[in-house]
Amino acid sequence: MRKLSHLQLLESESMHIFREVVAESENPVMLYSVGKDSAVMLHLARKAFYPSKIPFPLMHVDTTFKFREMITFREKIRKDLNLDIIVHTNPDGIKQNMNPFDFGSEVYTNIMKTKGLKQALNIHGFDAAFGGARRDEEKSRAKERIFSFRTKAHQWDPKSQRPELWSLYNSRKHIGESIRVFPLSNWTEFDIWQYIYQEKIPIVPLYFAKKRPVVERNGSLIMVDDERLPLFAGEEPTMRNIRFRTLGCYPLTGAQISNATTLPQIIQETMIAKFSERQGRVIDHDQNASMEKKKREGYF
Amino acid sequence: MNIQNAEISVEKYINDQEKKSLLRFITCGSVDDGKSTLIGRLLYESKLLFEDQITALEADSIKSGTQGDGIDFALLVDGLASEREQGITIDVAYRFFSTKARKFIVIDTPGHEQYTRNMATGASQAQLAILLIDARLGLSTQTKRHSYIIKSLGVNQVVVAVNKMDLVNYSQNHYNEIIAEYTEFAKKVGIKNFKAIPISALKGDNVIKKSTRMPWYKSKALMNYLDTVSFDNLQTSQPFRMHVQWVNRPNSDFRGFSGRITSGQIQVGDKVTALPSGYESRVTKIISMDADLEIALPNESITLCLADEIDLSRGDTLCSSVDTPKISDRFKANILWMSEDDMQPGQTYLMKIGTRITNATVMKPKYAIDINTLTHISAKTLKLNETGVCIINTDQKVVFEPYTVNKEMGNFILINRLTNSTVAMGIIEQDAKATSIELSTDKLSIDRDLRAGQKNQMPVTLWYTGLKWSGKTFIANALDRKLFANGNHSFIIDSNSTWKGLSEDLNYEDADRTENSRRVAQVCDMMNNAGLIVQTCFTSSFLSERRTAKKTIGEDNFIEIYVNTPLEVAEAQDMTGFYKKARRGEISNIAGIDLKYEPPLYPDIVLGSQTHSYEEAADIIFNELIKRGFIKKLSN
Repeated sequence: MRKLSHLQLLESESMHIFREVVAESENPVMLYSVGKDSAVMLHLARKAFYPSKIPFPLMHVDTTFKFREMITFREKIRKDLNLDIIVHTNPDGIKQNMNPFDFGSEVYTNIMKTKGLKQALNIHGFDAAFGGARRDEEKSRAKERIFSFRTKAHQWDPKSQRPELWSLYNSRKHIGESIRVFPLSNWTEFDIWQYIYQEKIPIVPLYFAKKRPVVERNGSLIMVDDERLPLFAGEEPTMRNIRFRTLGCYPLTGAQISNATTLPQIIQETMIAKFSERQGRVIDHDQNASMEKKKREGYF
Repeated sequence: MNIQNAEISVEKYINDQEKKSLLRFITCGSVDDGKSTLIGRLLYESKLLFEDQITALEADSIKSGTQGDGIDFALLVDGLASEREQGITIDVAYRFFSTKARKFIVIDTPGHEQYTRNMATGASQAQLAILLIDARLGLSTQTKRHSYIIKSLGVNQVVVAVNKMDLVNYSQNHYNEIIAEYTEFAKKVGIKNFKAIPISALKGDNVIKKSTRMPWYKSKALMNYLDTVSFDNLQTSQPFRMHVQWVNRPNSDFRGFSGRITSGQIQVGDKVTALPSGYESRVTKIISMDADLEIALPNESITLCLADEIDLSRGDTLCSSVDTPKISDRFKANILWMSEDDMQPGQTYLMKIGTRITNATVMKPKYAIDINTLTHISAKTLKLNETGVCIINTDQKVVFEPYTVNKEMGNFILINRLTNSTVAMGIIEQDAKATSIELSTDKLSIDRDLRAGQKNQMPVTLWYTGLKWSGKTFIANALDRKLFANGNHSFIIDSNSTWKGLSEDLNYEDADRTENSRRVAQVCDMMNNAGLIVQTCFTSSFLSERRTAKKTIGEDNFIEIYVNTPLEVAEAQDMTGFYKKARRGEISNIAGIDLKYEPPLYPDIVLGSQTHSYEEAADIIFNELIKRGFIKKLSN
């Protein structure tokens, strides 16, 4: 007799979430960060509505410092799958020539990512936004609901979240309020890789090891993706075999030395990984409980 | 290792992963029973922490200083800043780990009494519960409260972990006393089986490895037990049900119904019934993006295509035609109130059950449950964290099964219509339609079936219709005598008794006659509830008023009797000069004269004074009542 595997159960649960949101909201959108979790989320959305097209657009908040390969990949996926992808960049940030070097990572992230996202949600009037966050990523995310409510100002209040009983989601909201929905809540990083492998889901080549130009800063390896990265005195980019476990803005994302050029090799590295996934991201280390603070402010 | 070998071993590893089962368990107990420490210990000892997490943990432990130089495992799982400051877990947290045998999702829930609702949230998703008891303190209010919730939400596997054994010198006697006390309580609450394990989460005894400090404990350590305990998926053995989430229409040639299978399995060719409509069809295709399926299983998200174009949309349920669930708009339900605002009896909330959202009126609790003593107590409302049994009336027909039969078909949430917040979780105990218990009263255990059974009859309303002086009252009286002689309890309602009392405020006009008819139907329903057989003798001219009466009384106990006497015969039988007055225009609105009489389209019984004597007519009805099982003929 057929039996549902662990991944099939997770897949089915996520598809159920997608359909509930589409059935009960007016104007949903999927936040597409171009990373591996977004790739899985996109794949699940396609499965949930097949043979129909995905009944909502994707949206990428482009902070102008994304890896170039991410943008190339985004455009390829847009074409290959005939997707409706909205790209938004905070125009105020562009005017101020916002960058993480002169303004610091906190101000930069707030303006380009958090504010940019809020702007885009307001402009298009989206009342539900799918995000690829997982509960295993970080301590405060372990307590995140699958349906997370945001005030009109897109703020998250950890004390007023609704209880989620069985698989009965309450997606009702007042005009102006919105929900963030996390269909991958119950997936672990390992599940994501295993699923990408089994379903042959395309991902950005940056996840695979390759010789790339890097400099070492505060123990992190930062890739010199373009000429905008200011080099400090004595810093000389060197070509090293690196890959990324997580993707964001290139000046804020640490690489790891690796020879893993195939998915099985990545999975093997993940199996014996000594560092949890978010350590590669500089923003989590800004302050104690920093993710929770960012979430309250409206960061995903 | 060369690349090729790496790939082969990873593939093997992935295949091994696929064989693992997934177990979701909840940890619960009082606030200081050590849940976070236990989970932290499970994660730490299963070597599932990354180095950066361990580094952060060691730094945090030294900073907080709660365990001296030792590691405070609780810091690992207490995520939110506010709760780290207060030292209590205030929300539901989900943790992940896996062993060689299984993948686990740990649902960590708060112990504090004010967060009982969060614990219930966790329990609604769990297949197993670990109930922690502090060895020094024994059973607490929370132990009992949580046991009750675990039991009512149908979490079948229970582990009782007596924690902090290090603080009672690993005493076997002490442990046995606690287990004896819990065994007694479990019996009362209805938990049939549980596994008891003495542990120390702080010191690691019997968590991963068997403890050498408690040689008297012969059974498995906690982790080993979690790895091997069997948890059957009861949803597999149930008949097929799927709530329709979304109608999939990519173009005019394709119409599929998307949903996640609630229970049972479905195969191409299977007959399915759409409820509440009742339309039947056959599954022609089971769609998934990978390939069409021949068979789909519980929990699987699929899209079904049917052979016929039947009316089916979100909120409806597709069910196996072989075994269909019930439909009702009135339920007896067990509710846990989750809002700071008390329940408002009689107020309408939104009820989400399956994929349907309907208005639902919650009546005053029949009783609340004192979880400590498990006794029923009278209550006017339910407050935050209180549980009780209420009757719920819904606007729409709802497809359901009792929670104990099929969990996913009998659970619901209530939503406040103004604030949109989820205010209660509920499970359906049974259909309340059949019993017709008056909803807002406290104790009504004697229902209409019992009353009627005492009288050796089934209640029924005989609704006569026909022109005035057609003979309705004569027939009814003849039947009344027969019924009385047969030992039955019956009663006649006619114009005289009604217009002089019940409806003395009304005029004999169209609209008022409809209102009179409505009142009479309500009285009939009440008399039926009292177990009586009722006969109504009115002209009852309109199709619509008879339709309304049938709905009020219920079609199963409504018999429409058409006394088809022509106008001229009725006029001839008139002994009061009623028709003469009408002919002279002294009275108006008289059926057959200046008002159209609408004869019934499908009467149950047709009689006429030309064809039957009153006694014969009464015999016909009497025999029909026997045939339909409302009465039994008294043997002499």
